[in-house]
Amino acid sequence: MPRVRLPPFQTLIDAHAAELHRFLAASVGPTEADDCLQETFISALRAYPRLRDSSNLRAWLYTIAQRKATDAARRWKRQRADGLDGVDPPVAAHEPADDAIWLAVRALPPKQRAAVVHRFVFDLAYREIGERMAITEEAARQNVSAGLRRLRLAVDR
Amino acid sequence: MNDLERRLASPPARTPHFEDLAAGLRRRAERAGLLDVAYATADSPLGPLTVLVTPAGLVRIRYPDEPLEATLQDAADRISPRVLEAPERTDEVRRELDEYFEGRRRSFDLPLDWRLVRGFAGDVLRATARVPFGVVTTYRAMAEAAGSPRAYRAAGNALGSNPIPIVVPCHRVLHTGGGLGGYTGGVARKEYLLELEGSLPPRG
Repeated sequence: MPRVRLPPFQTLIDAHAAELHRFLAASVGPTEADDCLQETFISALRAYPRLRDSSNLRAWLYTIAQRKATDAARRWKRQRADGLDGVDPPVAAHEPADDAIWLAVRALPPKQRAAVVHRFVFDLAYREIGERMAITEEAARQNVSAGLRRLRLAVDR
Repeated sequence: MNDLERRLASPPARTPHFEDLAAGLRRRAERAGLLDVAYATADSPLGPLTVLVTPAGLVRIRYPDEPLEATLQDAADRISPRVLEAPERTDEVRRELDEYFEGRRRSFDLPLDWRLVRGFAGDVLRATARVPFGVVTTYRAMAEAAGSPRAYRAAGNALGSNPIPIVVPCHRVLHTGGGLGGYTGGVARKEYLLELEGSLPPRG
């Protein structure tokens, strides 16, 4: 098997840490984003030498970040559910920067959340969102509009 | 663009402390055994030197003439792509280099990782590593020490591609006739090191 040429991992951190943090902050809130960013790079570092395709490392990092955001959002939902059962959540559910809309973003299904963040926070076209998420342009469009529908319901309530 | 979409364009922002994040990442990577190559650059009298360290030891010292990207890509190709800037991991090497340049150290006490040299070149460089401070020798003598007295040209090539200059003191190897010969970092640096050690031959 021909070995792919991988750049030194530090160059991935230098090039993408800031934008990944922005993606994560929009997905799960700024405090969780710090942890998620570290988790993203640790997972990436672990898998890196076995990577067989180095043509789109940025999209690869985004898929890992999306996974970490999904894990964090699940934890957050569980804690909130526990809170509703009369048990206090271990961390404050509301951060200063949070308002209803960002809590609603956090509660979206993973693909819709990522698609909405790529579309509106990064202002990407559907084709680029598709590339970033490794889905088709049409699927990107559907995820954005489904996500928006849910957000409208949540915010207008 | 409606109100909802406008609000989505300004997410909760808090500038993260990227240096803290990076330091935390390095600590976690090291604990998890994922820091295969650590590097850092620091000043020296010979210009900024980049030091590369693996868990086995010092593997490479880079002179500033070589582009940093080239050095790091070479390490990614030949050692592991898990290359991270991690000054803490290179502290010990930096400290010994500083002491050497200040004239307070005559020999290095550092584990070396020889994986970037193979075969005859490796034998030549290991022999060179035993040449003490203040002593000079010849390409021919190093070829002989490596077991092939006639291969002094190959010995010269091996020394010219020494991945760990200064610590593996290829600057102590001169032409048989007394000429300085070449040097990875340029002859001016070779002169500087020999002068530091008090063994620069008189100009003739």
